Amino acid sequence: MSTLVESSREHGPRPRVFLVDDHHLFRAGVRAELGDAVEVVGEADEVAAAVEMIVERRPDVVLLDVHLPRGGGQTVIEEARQLAPEVRFLALSVSDAPEDVISVIRAGARGYVTKTISGGELVEAIRRVAGGDAVFSPRLAGFVLDAFAAMPPESAPVSVDPELDQLSSREREVLRLIARGYTYKEVARELSISVKTVETHVSAVLRKLQLTTRHQLAYWATERRLV
Amino acid sequence: MFGRGRRGRRASYGRHPRPDCFRGRWERSPDDRILGGVAGGISKRLGIDVTLVRIAFAVLTVFGGCGLALYLGAWLLMPLQGHDESIGTRVLKDRQGMVLALAFLPALILLYVIGNALRIGPLTSAAWPLFLCAAGGVLLWRNVDSEEREWLRRAPVRVGMESGSSRRALLLRIVVGAALLVGGVAVLAVHHRHALPLERMVAGVAVLLAGVVVLFGPWWIRIARDLMAERQARVRAEERADMAARVHDSVLQTLALIQRASDDPHRIVQLARSQERELRAWLFDGEIPGAVGAEVTTLAAAVRAIAAEVEVAHRIVVDVVVVGDCPLDDRLRGLLDAAREATVNAAKWSGASSISLFAEVERDKVSVFVRDRGKGFELDDVAPDRRGIAQSIQARMLRNGGCAVIRSALGEGTEVELTAPRDGSR
Repeated sequence: MSTLVESSREHGPRPRVFLVDDHHLFRAGVRAELGDAVEVVGEADEVAAAVEMIVERRPDVVLLDVHLPRGGGQTVIEEARQLAPEVRFLALSVSDAPEDVISVIRAGARGYVTKTISGGELVEAIRRVAGGDAVFSPRLAGFVLDAFAAMPPESAPVSVDPELDQLSSREREVLRLIARGYTYKEVARELSISVKTVETHVSAVLRKLQLTTRHQLAYWATERRLV
Repeated sequence: MFGRGRRGRRASYGRHPRPDCFRGRWERSPDDRILGGVAGGISKRLGIDVTLVRIAFAVLTVFGGCGLALYLGAWLLMPLQGHDESIGTRVLKDRQGMVLALAFLPALILLYVIGNALRIGPLTSAAWPLFLCAAGGVLLWRNVDSEEREWLRRAPVRVGMESGSSRRALLLRIVVGAALLVGGVAVLAVHHRHALPLERMVAGVAVLLAGVVVLFGPWWIRIARDLMAERQARVRAEERADMAARVHDSVLQTLALIQRASDDPHRIVQLARSQERELRAWLFDGEIPGAVGAEVTTLAAAVRAIAAEVEVAHRIVVDVVVVGDCPLDDRLRGLLDAAREATVNAAKWSGASSISLFAEVERDKVSVFVRDRGKGFELDDVAPDRRGIAQSIQARMLRNGGCAVIRSALGEGTEVELTAPRDGSR
């Protein structure tokens, strides 16, 4: 996963951030909270303008809302990634609906945090995404556990790559701890592994989430059942 | 049974389409089809032009009707390309459907009885075919997958029967409809010297009706559709108005309260939190705002209720994550009591500004974790007279066959892990 661009960026001074949200007040609030920790290179309030400016300005990280007029965050990611594949996306939303969260992740976002996140945590999350890692909030970890638990292996039909359809027990452990409110550092200490390894596990889970072809995932998101 | 059927169908979607060169199987074509893709499949398999196959079917249908029978048979026996099972195999495996189909038997018997009692010959002789049609129809409808069902439903549009299609289709419709009308009249009118035999009369009327349907059917369909669209639009408008009214009520009230409490930051956070919770419950879980005290019957709802309760009572943020869900039983209620105790303890003593509450339902157990990043404590230092933890949490869990583990370190916070086995899992 590491290319020259990435490694030079990782140690760069401040991540360049682009904001996409249809609420002016919210964008202003985020800008103020982020302060000097990042460089905000622009903002947009709808899909077309967002795609155009993201492609033009090539930010490190795009912070975007799941719900946007005319298309939603998912469309922004899909369209911008074709023209600017190196740009990374972090979904920032008030939505609790699992189908929103899962679809924006599957479109290519590297993480999902809720809008009630504190300024410091948000900066941390942006840094992490800029560095190529995945950001899982407790809620996202919960969704993912739920989604993969809803697909019991014995029902597994023909699949291109069975590896993609299941979480390893270690990944499950990591996700559980995150869902319990542990930070990556605390997860690492609890499991006696390095933070880097935690990040690797989380990135692997993100990859599975994006690449699995299991139709159950879509099915789960629309109709969560009792286990 | 139902679940199995659905899963099976999804499984066959996930399959890669067979490469074109694989021509060994008789398969219906999903791309080249007007009705069921039979002609397309046959032409692909035998390498004959699809139009020829279609004409053959049409000719066989007009002369003697065996084309229709052949087509139906092929439709039943040939699986759709990319699918494992044909509709016929699925029907044979669908035992629930069989039972449903057999439910038509009483109707059959009733028809017989009525037919015999009133001495209506045609009724008794039509009873069996009617029964077979109804039962077969039910079985087929259950086992044709939804995508194909939708395709068949729209077949009239493609054949040119429906409004909105081209002028040629309209012309065809008028010609066919007029021909049927004339035919019907002819059947009824010929032999006017003698009394018409019953069958002949019925057939004539049927042909006449068919003509009327072909001519005016599309128009009726359009009227019905417009009516439906209008009703849907009205329902949507009502929903919007309802939503506006509710948002109005609760959000505006809260905003007013926040303005009045502007000198008390704690109160503002609390108001905003409770409003957020109410809106979320409504938007994502469908609970109507203001309807407090609704019966809590599942674990996820109960955990959320605990969080809400503690947030209100202790002015603290409780972040809830629930994985899976299951109905509540006594043992789980015990677990939840312990979880509430642990959350309240964290809110009262930890000094942290937020608590994480995580619940997971697994096949054989349910676990709840209550975690705070507060000041923490040494377990050994708790005075024996402070029985809160020992009594309420640990003893309660043990009584229910579960266990409680408490981890805490000074300055790092506390985590309480509660686990209860699930009985009668699945």
